[in-house]
Amino acid sequence: MTASLTLGPVLFNWPVDRWRDFYARIADEAPVDTVIVGEIVCFKRAPFFAEAMGDVIERLSAAGKTVWLASPILVGSERERAAMRDLVESDAGLPDGGLIEANDMGALALLAGRPHAVGPTINVYNEATLGWMAGRGAEAVSLPAELPAATVAVLAKAGRELGVETEVQVWGRAPLAISARCYHARAHGLHKDGCQFVCGNDPDGMPVTTMDGQPFLTVNGTQTMSHGCLCLAAEMNELVEMGVSRFRLSPQAMDMVRVAEAFRAVLDGQRDGAEVAAELGGLIDAPLVNGFYHDTAGALRVA
Amino acid sequence: MDNFELICPAGTPAALRAAVDAGADAVYLGFRDETNARNFPGLNFTRQDVADAVDYAHARRVEVYVAINTYPQAGNLGPWQKAVDDAARLKVDAVILADPGLLAYAAKRHPDLRLHLSVQASAANVEAIRLYRDAFGVRRVVLPRVLTVPEIAKLNAEIDIETEVFVFGGLCPMAEGRCSLSSYATGLSPNKQGVCSPANHVRYEQRGGALASTLGGFTINVFGEGEQAGYPTLCKGRFVAGDGAGEGPAYLFEEPTSLNAMDLLPELKAAGVRALKIEGRQRGKAYIAAVVRAYREALESFAAGRPVSHIDLQAMVEGGTQTTGAYTRGWR
Repeated sequence: MTASLTLGPVLFNWPVDRWRDFYARIADEAPVDTVIVGEIVCFKRAPFFAEAMGDVIERLSAAGKTVWLASPILVGSERERAAMRDLVESDAGLPDGGLIEANDMGALALLAGRPHAVGPTINVYNEATLGWMAGRGAEAVSLPAELPAATVAVLAKAGRELGVETEVQVWGRAPLAISARCYHARAHGLHKDGCQFVCGNDPDGMPVTTMDGQPFLTVNGTQTMSHGCLCLAAEMNELVEMGVSRFRLSPQAMDMVRVAEAFRAVLDGQRDGAEVAAELGGLIDAPLVNGFYHDTAGALRVA
Repeated sequence: MDNFELICPAGTPAALRAAVDAGADAVYLGFRDETNARNFPGLNFTRQDVADAVDYAHARRVEVYVAINTYPQAGNLGPWQKAVDDAARLKVDAVILADPGLLAYAAKRHPDLRLHLSVQASAANVEAIRLYRDAFGVRRVVLPRVLTVPEIAKLNAEIDIETEVFVFGGLCPMAEGRCSLSSYATGLSPNKQGVCSPANHVRYEQRGGALASTLGGFTINVFGEGEQAGYPTLCKGRFVAGDGAGEGPAYLFEEPTSLNAMDLLPELKAAGVRALKIEGRQRGKAYIAAVVRAYREALESFAAGRPVSHIDLQAMVEGGTQTTGAYTRGWR
């Protein structure tokens, strides 16, 4: 399996025009192989993107990108279930190579017996679970952000034996938690049902700082993310050696084409990962972190 | 109509006896290692403790469940598989699991062992629950604390396995088993090590007249003079949201509060819930005895058609406040 770059779904609530323009530029300029699209954080936001979805898929596909659709992270209500079922049935309409990436066990259930992908918010912590998923049709599994190198190595090796590609997020704030409660609304004294879409004011999420003023977390509606930007550019060679074949860039409100070019250069052996990390670190208003991978606090950076 | 089953926590043999004596229908516990999600120092059961617990409970017609509900470590499945084997050998009444790989192992090796799906699996919809039933023969699902009671009712109308819901104790505002907040601050997580906001990463610092509590070096709360200081569980801390121009530090995720769904017994019964669960394997035997006794009394009152409003658990709740959490839509 040759190593490839994946652009994960936009997790933030961007205005639809910005969202459409973002993907147009990705289609034209970003050296990524797979682009995963879909509103996976909040069911209430999804209608805004629905009107542009067809155009975005077509544009990306015409540019040679493989397009996958991602299912929502948390599916509880009847309406969320109905949307999940519709999404899962839509893979037949995707261009060649298109898959559904399941982000909840409900979607995984519905995808049994046909090719699909497993997203990073489904818990795959060991080779037994990976094997079980492979047997049900999983072709690629994106590993949870909190897994340390030793675990990634075992899973990448098992994946190769099973014919399942393993993916690791190498750029972007790490998803840490999901809730039925909207913290964006709560911080604004609102309720989720009457949220006024205040999450749309924060294209890179809402910063959460400690009472000492130390930046800590990022709130994105019902999702909580890291403040630190996960960056494993310097670990890419090691990951490739382990057998990891897919590398995920998670969109931030920044020049993602430049991010993709830098990671492509590392994958192609043209640039040094540590040097790329140093360059990209200057483009985002957050420290780079890699602690999860190095089996320590995720907020830390291990040299 | 059968009454609810009352499922009660035990972190020690003494707590188990307290729960049994106070009216539990079943007691859940964990082995003394990283295989369970309350892997705290001084807590949990040796194999011999479990054997004794099963003897004590079964003699009083109370069941014993063993929670093996962390996610087995890659390349080191042995401790989790052995925990399942030992639970079966010790004739416990059910094991509570979350990991699909481990569920597959248990279903294959021990076809007669009753499997419950842990809240740590966060199965929140019909499709997910049916998957665990069809693939592994799971007989009961402990629902994640993300659903309202009407949503639970709709769910129960479409599934044919039992549901168990939390009614009292600590409350995760995040979907359980899908949270790496503790891991981000400390490197230790509920899913991997069975710990959240672990005590060995907690510090208390006196800052003038104020007391700050930190976790992994991050300040989780600062208590002024006269304010009662609480344990710095990450999601129960005070933080500043946004650019700080707002109202100042607030309990952004959840207040220090306890779930108490006692007033919702009629709704939960109508929703088809089979079992009610009390959180708190880290609690002492006096707490367990008081809470279990109160809930047993509530269930008996409920079954007899009497009100439960006289049953007061105010002394047992965190921060002195109670919530019905996600069971009511207003929580969201």
